[in-house]
Amino acid sequence: MVETAAQTSTAQAFLATLKRDLLIAYKRKNDMVNPFMFFLIVATLFPIGISPEPERLSEIAAGVLWISALLASLLAMDNLYRADYEDGSLEQLLLSPHPLYFMVLAKNIAHWLVSGLPVVLVSPLIAYMLSLPEGSFGVLFLTLLLGTPVLSLLGSIGVALTVGLGSRGLILAMITLPMCVPVLIAGTLAVEQTQNGASLMGFLAIEAAMLLAALTLAPLASAAALRISVN
Amino acid sequence: MHQDSVKTSQSSADDLITAQQLFCERDDRVLFSNLEFSLRRGQVLQIKGSNGTGKTTLLRIICGLNQGYEGELNWQGEPMAEHLESFYGELLYIGHRVGVNKVLTPLENLRWSAGLQGPVSEEQLYQALADVGLRGFEESACGSLSAGQQQRVALARLLLSPATLWALDEPFTTLDVSGVALLEKLLAEHAGRGGAVLVTTHHALQVPDLKVLNLG
Repeated sequence: MVETAAQTSTAQAFLATLKRDLLIAYKRKNDMVNPFMFFLIVATLFPIGISPEPERLSEIAAGVLWISALLASLLAMDNLYRADYEDGSLEQLLLSPHPLYFMVLAKNIAHWLVSGLPVVLVSPLIAYMLSLPEGSFGVLFLTLLLGTPVLSLLGSIGVALTVGLGSRGLILAMITLPMCVPVLIAGTLAVEQTQNGASLMGFLAIEAAMLLAALTLAPLASAAALRISVN
Repeated sequence: MHQDSVKTSQSSADDLITAQQLFCERDDRVLFSNLEFSLRRGQVLQIKGSNGTGKTTLLRIICGLNQGYEGELNWQGEPMAEHLESFYGELLYIGHRVGVNKVLTPLENLRWSAGLQGPVSEEQLYQALADVGLRGFEESACGSLSAGQQQRVALARLLLSPATLWALDEPFTTLDVSGVALLEKLLAEHAGRGGAVLVTTHHALQVPDLKVLNLG
C-alpha cells in the first residue's frame, strides 16, 4: 500500500475521533451517568443542609447550580485522556498527520456532549426545586449552556498536564478550579443581576467571549500539555 | 516511489531517516551517545540490546514522542522537527501499548485508525481482520480478547495504513508462532514494496536485507 499514500482530510479525522469518543461513552454508561447523578445529588443536598425555605433557597439557587455543575464537570474530567493514555491510543492521536488542535477539540466536544449537556438540560428542573425566581430560568439555562463548554475546555488542560502522573489526587482540582473561577463568577452574577433589572445581553456577551477564547486557545494548551505528558 | 524532495549532500537519495550523533541520557545514565544510523526504503532496521539500553527510548525519539535527546534527526534529508507533518503522514507507530481501546470492538478500533491515517472501505476492514486471524472476533469487545489477539488488532493497522515507515516496539512479545510468521511476512512484503521498518525486538528476525543496530 506504499504506492497509494492517500490520506484522510482533517475534517474526516475530526469526525472519526468525535464518533469514537461518543461511542466509547455510550459503551461505558457508568462514566456517562456518574457526573450527572453527582450533579443531582450535590444540588439536592443544599436544601437539606441549609434550609427548605423558598426565600433562602432562591437566593443561593444560582450559585448552588453553578458549583454543582463545576464539580460534576471536574468529576468527569479524568476520563478524558486517562484510558487513551493507558492503552496507547493517545500516542496514535499525537502521531496522526492532522493538527492536534482539532483532535483535542473533537475529544473535548464529545466530552461536553456526554458530561456537560445533560447537566445543562436538567438544570431548569433543579432550579425549580431550589425555588429560583421564575424569570431567571432562561438566564440560568443560557449561562450554563455557554459556560459548561468552557469548563470542559479548561479542564482538558489540567487533565492533559496530569495524565502522565501516577497519583493525581487533588492536583487536577488545584490546576483546574482557579481557571474556572471567572466562568463561575460571570454565570452566577448574570442570574443575580438580571433579577435586579440588569440587561442580560452584557453577561451573555462576556460568557460568549469566554467560550470563544477557550475554544481557540484551550485546545492548543491541551495539545502542548499532552505532548509533554507522553514524553 | 516518485518523490523528488531536495536532498542535502551527505544523505543518499533513498534515505528516509538519518541520525547523526544522537545522545540521550536518563536519570544521569547515558543510554547512547554518538549514535549514527540511516534507514533507506526497502530496509528493515532491527534495534537490538539488553533490557534498559534504550531501545524503546530511541524509537520514541525517532517518532517525536520523546524530546529528551541531543543530535540530529533528518527525515528525507531535512531536519525532522521542521517537517513533522510530512513525517507523520508517512509514519505508522505501534508502541508497547498498542493503542487498542478495550471497550470498542476490533472493527471500531480500526475504523478510527483509518479515520486518522487513510480512508479504507468496510470490506478492507473485514479483510484485514481476517488476514490477521481475527475472523469471527470483529464484533467482540477488545477487552475480552487475549493480549495476543489485541496485538493482532494493532497489526491489522499495518495492512490498512498508507504509511511508508513502520515503527514497531516489541511487536513479537505476545504473538504465537503463526503470528510471528505472519508479522515477518508482512515486514518482508513491506520492505519489498519500498517501505521501511524500524523494529525493536530480541527475536531473531527472518527477513531479507536486515540491518541491525546494537545498543550495547
